[in-house]
Amino acid sequence: MLSPVTDPDGAPFWQYAAQGELRVQACAACGEPRFPPRPCCPHCQSFASEWRRVSGHGRIWSYVVPHPPLLPDYAEQAPYNVVVVELTDAPRIRLVGNLVTGPDAPLNSLPPDRIRIGAKVHAVFSGTGLPQWVLERP
Amino acid sequence: MAGLKDATAIVGIGQTPFARHLPEDEKTLACRAVLAALDDAGIAPGEVDALASYTMEETDEVELAKAVGFGDLTFFSKVGYGGGGSCATVAHLASAIATGQATVGVAWRSRKRGSGPRPWRNTAAQLPTPAQWTRPYGLLRPVDEIAMLARRYMHEYGATRDHLFNVALACRNRANQNPAAVMYERPLTREMYMTSRWISEPLCLFDNCLETDGALACVVVSRERARDCRHTPVYVHSAAQGLPAQHHGMINYWNDDPLTGPAWTAARHLWKHADFTAQDVDVAQIYDAFTALIPLSLEGYGFCERGEGGAFTEQGALEIGGRLPLNTGGGGLSEAYVHGFNLINEGVKQLRGTSTAQVPGAATCLVTAGEGVPTSALLLRS
Ligand SMILES: [Zn+2]
Repeated sequence: MLSPVTDPDGAPFWQYAAQGELRVQACAACGEPRFPPRPCCPHCQSFASEWRRVSGHGRIWSYVVPHPPLLPDYAEQAPYNVVVVELTDAPRIRLVGNLVTGPDAPLNSLPPDRIRIGAKVHAVFSGTGLPQWVLERP
Repeated sequence: MAGLKDATAIVGIGQTPFARHLPEDEKTLACRAVLAALDDAGIAPGEVDALASYTMEETDEVELAKAVGFGDLTFFSKVGYGGGGSCATVAHLASAIATGQATVGVAWRSRKRGSGPRPWRNTAAQLPTPAQWTRPYGLLRPVDEIAMLARRYMHEYGATRDHLFNVALACRNRANQNPAAVMYERPLTREMYMTSRWISEPLCLFDNCLETDGALACVVVSRERARDCRHTPVYVHSAAQGLPAQHHGMINYWNDDPLTGPAWTAARHLWKHADFTAQDVDVAQIYDAFTALIPLSLEGYGFCERGEGGAFTEQGALEIGGRLPLNTGGGGLSEAYVHGFNLINEGVKQLRGTSTAQVPGAATCLVTAGEGVPTSALLLRS
């Protein structure tokens, strides 16, 4: 499985995720959250930023179900789902992830026909530090 | 300032055969396409003083120029973002020639995609931004990234797989008229489409472009010079690039309105500098790496309103005789996937009146580059 190849802007996201916290970068001057992280605020151009904790609640914005040809580790689990989750606290922050049955469950643990756009989900954290998503009403 | 409008023209086009596998390498194919385009124009290689290409090709200007015997080059540019750069090559040459930086420009694309590696398989070259936010979760390939937008598009606007099939079918029908097309002898039916294997749901095999070896090129000169060339000049009426504010590439999930992309930005500039409107376009060559890009582009370039791109494809609208005949050589879906350069050359053929699926009396053509990445577009006229 691929691990995040991170950069200085993204590293704090993964450090917090490894501690089981979902945080997004926000401007320390005007307060606007932004994703993906970047050096300065596109609204007010401030270089001051903070990592704001979010509730981890969201809704499915869209999803796909990839089938082979895929990289071997992923092909083994295909078909699996990849979702985009819109955060309740910051609707324009949308995170890519996997909808699973519980922490550390495989990518294909939830049947694709259980997934609906608009479904409420919340974040859980895998042992590898990757945020995952589970249905609020399984 | 005079601007670009009709200041330059495409006077030569050339191409190699298209196939899943061609024995010659990328550089050799590039040389063949470029020399064919110059021959078509009736211009000697030594007269070329400008080149334009786009990324994801390994052959560079030095290699090409010394191989085919170009003269001294005074302008050369390479546009980024792969298929988003196709039309920008012609736009850059038109700018250079209109402003006196050069006199004879060649744009080209050579590709060994059919027999070469798939870029997404390269895990070593995984760029930290923005791949860290997508690839670990198994969103690996361009088709996965676009399928995510396609699902949302279908959900918001009620577009259906039948709409995407309409796109695939129109391209395949045109390829069935084009002996040079990879899918020349391979008709497509609705049953084949609906029962084909998934690649990334909601997109199936036939929603994906071909994987092709091949090369194409075209020659751009001033309108004055164009009158002395072999063929009817095809004028570059308007040209634009587009990189929208807060755009994120193919994974455009992070701006306020992910279902509008670079097409909207390019279109605003394109139409601002044109003497005609979308309703006056006789034939369109719209970048079709995936069928789902067509409804988005139809909206972006102003052929219909937001959310109507799916419905626009109904009742044979994209076929010959329809509202907007599309990708009349077969496009990337069914002629060849050469990062969209075949769409430029097909636009030229339509306006010369020599397409294998000729739109009667075609005088205006829109050509677009890849939507979903920083893009470019051309309005051509005869
Ligand atoms: Zn700010």
